[in-house]
Amino acid sequence: MSAGTNAQERGPYGGFFSVAGAVAWRQIYKYFTNPAFLSPALFPLFFFVAFAGGLTRVGSVPGFDYAPGYTAFQFVWSLLQAVALGGAFTGFSIAGDFESGFANRLMLAASDRRGILLGYVIASVARATATGALVTVVALLTGMPMSGGVDLFGLIGLAVLVNMAATLFGAGIAMMLRTQQAGPIIRTPIFLVLFLAPVFVPLELLSGWIETVAALNPFTIILTSARGFLAGEPVGVLPAYAVGAGLVVALTLWALFGLRYAERSS
Amino acid sequence: MGSTFSVQMLNLAQRSVVRTLRQPAVVVSSLLFPLMFWGINSNGLDAASRIPGFPADSYLDFSFAFPLIQAALFGAVTAGADLARDIETGFLDRLSLTPMRPAALLAGMLMGVVALGLIQGVVFLAVGLLFGVQIQAGFGGMLLIVLFMMLVALGFGSLGAILALRTGSTEAVESSFPLFFVAIFLSSINLPRDLIQADWFRVIATLNPVSYLVEGIRSLIITGWDGQALAVGFGCALGLILVTLAGAAASMRTRMASS
Amino acid sequence: MEDRKAGIEVEGLVRDFKKGPRAVDGIDIVVEPGEVYGFLGPNGAGKSTTVLMLTTLLPPTSGAARVAGYDIVREGRQVRAVIGAALQEAALDPFLTGREHLNLQAALHGLPRQERKKRGDELLERVGLQEAADRRVRGYSGGMKRRLDLALALVHRPRILFLDEPTTGLDPQSRSALWSEVSRLARDEGVTVFLTTQYLEEADVLADRVGIIDRGKIVAEDTPEALKADIGRPSVEATPIEPNERSAVARVLVRFGNELPSQPETVAVRLDQGAGDLADVVRALDREDLRVRNLRLEEPSLNDVFLAKTGRSLEGAGDAGHGAEAEGEPEEARA
Repeated sequence: MSAGTNAQERGPYGGFFSVAGAVAWRQIYKYFTNPAFLSPALFPLFFFVAFAGGLTRVGSVPGFDYAPGYTAFQFVWSLLQAVALGGAFTGFSIAGDFESGFANRLMLAASDRRGILLGYVIASVARATATGALVTVVALLTGMPMSGGVDLFGLIGLAVLVNMAATLFGAGIAMMLRTQQAGPIIRTPIFLVLFLAPVFVPLELLSGWIETVAALNPFTIILTSARGFLAGEPVGVLPAYAVGAGLVVALTLWALFGLRYAERSS
Repeated sequence: MGSTFSVQMLNLAQRSVVRTLRQPAVVVSSLLFPLMFWGINSNGLDAASRIPGFPADSYLDFSFAFPLIQAALFGAVTAGADLARDIETGFLDRLSLTPMRPAALLAGMLMGVVALGLIQGVVFLAVGLLFGVQIQAGFGGMLLIVLFMMLVALGFGSLGAILALRTGSTEAVESSFPLFFVAIFLSSINLPRDLIQADWFRVIATLNPVSYLVEGIRSLIITGWDGQALAVGFGCALGLILVTLAGAAASMRTRMASS
Repeated sequence: MEDRKAGIEVEGLVRDFKKGPRAVDGIDIVVEPGEVYGFLGPNGAGKSTTVLMLTTLLPPTSGAARVAGYDIVREGRQVRAVIGAALQEAALDPFLTGREHLNLQAALHGLPRQERKKRGDELLERVGLQEAADRRVRGYSGGMKRRLDLALALVHRPRILFLDEPTTGLDPQSRSALWSEVSRLARDEGVTVFLTTQYLEEADVLADRVGIIDRGKIVAEDTPEALKADIGRPSVEATPIEPNERSAVARVLVRFGNELPSQPETVAVRLDQGAGDLADVVRALDREDLRVRNLRLEEPSLNDVFLAKTGRSLEGAGDAGHGAEAEGEPEEARA
């Protein structure tokens, strides 16, 4: 890894970005040369097909009015699920790198280790564009109407924030545990966050304990706003982006904490 | 001097059950995950009970078959993985050097799966009742549900055995779990077949035997004593068992055919 | 079951695998009842494949073998009834205890319930696992697993025992303990033992006769002593206490044979008459009042035998990927 030696000669910011670039490049190369890189999209695609296909009738429940239809309603959730799981998979990747010892080499070589984190996040976003595109293509093939125009960028923006948040969350855990056992510990909270939300019906149509939980779940705001973007009727934009950005900031601190922990322990 | 088939089968079944119970993580997650998923699913889809023509008042009752089927599946994959591990580690070789009949190993493994299915059935019924599920067929219905669970476990378990014997790989068996999961979803598990709007989905659900297993159990919960649904459901379960058991026996013979 | 002699007869046994050269290329072996036969060879030589065939776990491609008088292909069930096998992987269930393993094995072999417990206790004591008997095998060390493996192979009192590299990876203590037990079984109970190993010392110490196998063929077969004697006479190496007495020591030693190259402070000579001369060497040195710090008799080793027969050294001769017999190959062939 030449990133380290070159970077040490530059200034502090040069080091940070060149480390990030090197890590990102390696990850992206790993992803795109291995067909399995699309695997984070598998479960979301499956759920999309199962729910959009099997539960279409739910769209005719009184009070359910989402203009683009039930398929589009499910698509947004599947898209966010795919990018979130992409973040989780990056977390697994980091844990694997630690377990194999590769991460130690990275830590030794990098002039600014925070760059390693940024590198993983960049790579994760890159992969998310591919998995997101795949989910979108499948949805379009099922005849989902795509309205929204410029608002689609709003949707993409939220997806990127979700991906970054999940990646940072996974990275923090991976760096603290540094073994493959991090897998379930990364996956389970993310699954819970994704599922304890208005998955099948909008928030207004939920009742019981799940209504309360979903209302408190920060992901719900993002999901609702994302659906609004797809419908071309943006709703709750500011709160959604605020929550998204807030999550990214908080989880960056979390990931940095994990990095420090890894540094101290190795 | 060899041992009798029943002695072999019982000892191997005992081993099967003991092994499973000694993996508390497996037992707990086989109980916990289906219940968690059911909790989220049933609550999140409660609005579906307001769809015109929905056959039950509460989605909770309607969806109660879900954790039961999912748990039986989980048990089957675990048992299959255990058998694959026996092949991988050479434990099967060790056993085949004894007078053990291959059928006894298979029977023992399946007895373990069925025993786990029994435990799961009882636990889920208890939890379900606690959460307010109303079983229209009453206590008799509950017994039938547990029996159903055991039959489904046997059917899926044999499927797991086929995978294990054919591939000899724990990884291959465990990675089949998502496929089974998919098979469960592409059925009438979430909505009755007549309320499935997408034609292609409805066709798949109609062809999928899992739909009839689900509908059989569900009829006991939301309808009471629906002779037709029960007949079809049980028939399907027995048919599944016949096919998969035969397949498992054949796979076992192939695996042991070196002598 | 009629009483047949507990020997092994192998004739032209061959095993091919789909990919790679022949794992076993026409071997002939005769093992007498009560004998300990050592099958020595590097990794990939064909040892494990041979054992898998003789224990009926793998069918031969051609050739024949009779174990305890039963044909391995047609009378597999009868073969299995009289043999015990501890194969290369200590194939155990991590969730069962040692005692539960023995109980299961005994039950499958048809031992009545009362006898199972007794036999279990007896074997646990024999292999020194009484303390660990009720612990799950996942907590056992490598040595303990191998010992349990041996105990399981003995549950039904087999007349022929197959041991496939029984001490690979064991510490010296466990290794000696296993050697003692194997020797005892052969000596006191008349069990025929077919043992494969890549360790010279093991073959040397345990085996009555050794068959050296390389690349699927037997290259030499005899008692360890005969094999070594066939290669050459032993040599003696002396290190005088006073370095300036070296030439005097050399003059004494060359009376008994030709000098060999050695370290500057030692003298080495190949003995014309063999090890029996050693006493005369000592007496001769004593008569000349020459004192030595170190006097060593170097026997040619089985490695020398292997080297002479194959042109390669036994240690380091095997490689994991060579030939058809990588560790996993037999499994793949059967899958």
